[in-house]
Amino acid sequence: MPNLPFDTAHLLAGGLVLMSFTLLYQDRLYSLLNIYALHALVLALSVAWQANIQDAPHLYVTAGLALGFKAIIIPLALRRIIERLGIHREIETVVGIGPTMLAGMALVALSMVVMLRVTSAAAPIAREDLAFALAVVLLGLLMMVTRRNAVSQVVGFMSLENGLILAASGAKGMPLVVEISVAFSVLIAFIVIGIFLFRIRERFDTVDLAALDQFRGERR
Amino acid sequence: MSNLVFVRVEWVILIPLGAAAVLALLPGYRLTARLNVAAAFLTLLAALSLLFTPHPTAGTYLLVDDLNVVFIALNTFIGFTTSVFSASYVGHEIEIGRLTPTYLRFYHAMYQLLMCAMNVALVANNIGLMWVAIECATLTTILMVGIYRTHEALEAAWKYFILGSVGIALALFGTILVYVAAQPVIGEGVQAMVWTRLVNEAARFDPALLNVAFIFLLLGYGTKVGLAPLHAWLPDAHAEGPTPISAVLSGLLLNVALYAVLRFKMLMAANLAAAAPGPLMVTLGLASLIFGAFMLYRRRDIKRLFAYSSIEHMGIITFAFGMGGPLANFAGLLHMTMHSLTKSGIFFAVGHVAQAKGTQRIADIGGLTETHPWLGWSLVAGVVAIAGLPPLGIFMSEFLMVSSTFARAPLLAVLLVFGLLVAFGALVLRLNGIAFGEPRGQNHPVKASYVPQFAHLALVLAAGLYLPPQLVAWFQHVSRLLG
Repeated sequence: MPNLPFDTAHLLAGGLVLMSFTLLYQDRLYSLLNIYALHALVLALSVAWQANIQDAPHLYVTAGLALGFKAIIIPLALRRIIERLGIHREIETVVGIGPTMLAGMALVALSMVVMLRVTSAAAPIAREDLAFALAVVLLGLLMMVTRRNAVSQVVGFMSLENGLILAASGAKGMPLVVEISVAFSVLIAFIVIGIFLFRIRERFDTVDLAALDQFRGERR
Repeated sequence: MSNLVFVRVEWVILIPLGAAAVLALLPGYRLTARLNVAAAFLTLLAALSLLFTPHPTAGTYLLVDDLNVVFIALNTFIGFTTSVFSASYVGHEIEIGRLTPTYLRFYHAMYQLLMCAMNVALVANNIGLMWVAIECATLTTILMVGIYRTHEALEAAWKYFILGSVGIALALFGTILVYVAAQPVIGEGVQAMVWTRLVNEAARFDPALLNVAFIFLLLGYGTKVGLAPLHAWLPDAHAEGPTPISAVLSGLLLNVALYAVLRFKMLMAANLAAAAPGPLMVTLGLASLIFGAFMLYRRRDIKRLFAYSSIEHMGIITFAFGMGGPLANFAGLLHMTMHSLTKSGIFFAVGHVAQAKGTQRIADIGGLTETHPWLGWSLVAGVVAIAGLPPLGIFMSEFLMVSSTFARAPLLAVLLVFGLLVAFGALVLRLNGIAFGEPRGQNHPVKASYVPQFAHLALVLAAGLYLPPQLVAWFQHVSRLLG
């Protein structure tokens, strides 16, 4: 008899890694935001499934937060910001798509090797979740490094953070998961939406970080 | 344990939190600057009361033990002196119109929120709570670094945001891994995140998992300590934010992040099968020291200069704790205290210097001891202290560190001495240009408050001349705890 709880958790966590890969090769901001919304949706499903199989109702709060805040509000808000500010709709990358994808594959392989080896004592579901979560975290880091403009760096950070929530929800009975997801949401909402993009808009005509980089340390 | 005593632990959190709410609502910078000082003073009193009362039993979320009491006392003391400096600093900023009253209200609220977050991180007995607190502290400092809203300030804040978030994200992953390691032994739920429980049971955790967790934690919190090669945010954040924030960043926030690393190091030490955390910390520490020392030479901005000096000193402290053993730990603790006092004292002086000269460019600052004798000489005293000359406190801690390292690992000691000498040369070179010679640049009148920086320098001098036996006994005791 197939192990339904395990297989579904595996499927959803694997789906999150797949979504992270999809984020890596987007070259338009709007499609990036759409994929990010899907990313958050898969996270919400995954966390809700964990809440179900662990019988941990508080995780539904985290799932709801992922669905409402990350999958709906944030993408909509970012979309509005892009429209309002007239940001370039194309994403400028530092490294080409091909090498980025290869690097991404290497990172996923690395996280599988590392996490599966060291977590032999942990429960199987937690093992899989941790390995996939580390992959999502590393892919998010990769995206932040290889992107030039602020919005896609923020999306990279948010996808990284989704990986952390996946790891936290997979660790059975972990306390403070809700608090941590709230803390992250506050971080994102506060900094990204409220203050930063607004302020950057006040002073610059573009949210492309290359424009910010005119100032290079101390060469004045 | 009586309930009354336990209440006092919470004061160091509740006072700044309440003050933040009040300061966010009140207009008028004269009043709020004074209230800020008053709140910081009350927090200091609450922290000192912790020193002189028996420690309450550790709760699920809060803990006071011999280790963190040292950090809390230092944290609240410098928080108080910085608020005094801040009052005169922001007065000038308002006059020249760099800050508006609305932003100042925000600034004061954030200052208290930062103090609150740092105190929570220090008294947290729960590794999840500690993480949330350090994240919160990062958030408030990012906002304050960007407060001048110039090109440079925004870029500094953005860089800090990106690197700081990556750091705290890695730290969270490490925290989750520690929980996963603890869960089979302690069981599910809050207990598997309580630090005192973790340390008691750590011997039975899976060592491989702990090793991976520690790497994430060291890199994550290490980003916040400013260890090379994860330091890139630090010089920009110090240079572009208001100077009181530079003082608090260097003097306190870096320590709080290091404190988190130390807690996890103790956890690793409790598990005999896990890899020793020392060599990793020694490597990162030495790399930061030598990198920071060389970077001191080409600085053209006075606040950046001292920011790189902070990287260098955090490297020294991490190195000392990485070496471990009673003597090196003692030297590390002493150095941490002395560095916090001296570096924030230097930033107090630098803040007024930058105001008096209207610039932070080293090329436009010269002959300070002639034009502004009080400021100039206090800066000279601070730099002499930070460079590690006798008879000041930093000389003593560096001497202890070098001698204890020579006894155990002569090769490492050579590297350590090399880094120290390189940094010493750079600081003397720069100091000569800034403080002596022909006066250069503009001169604006500035109403400086000298009390905080003289208080810090006096303490550093006193520690260099005579350490009270009680303090020595205390530090020795804590050094043994650190293993």
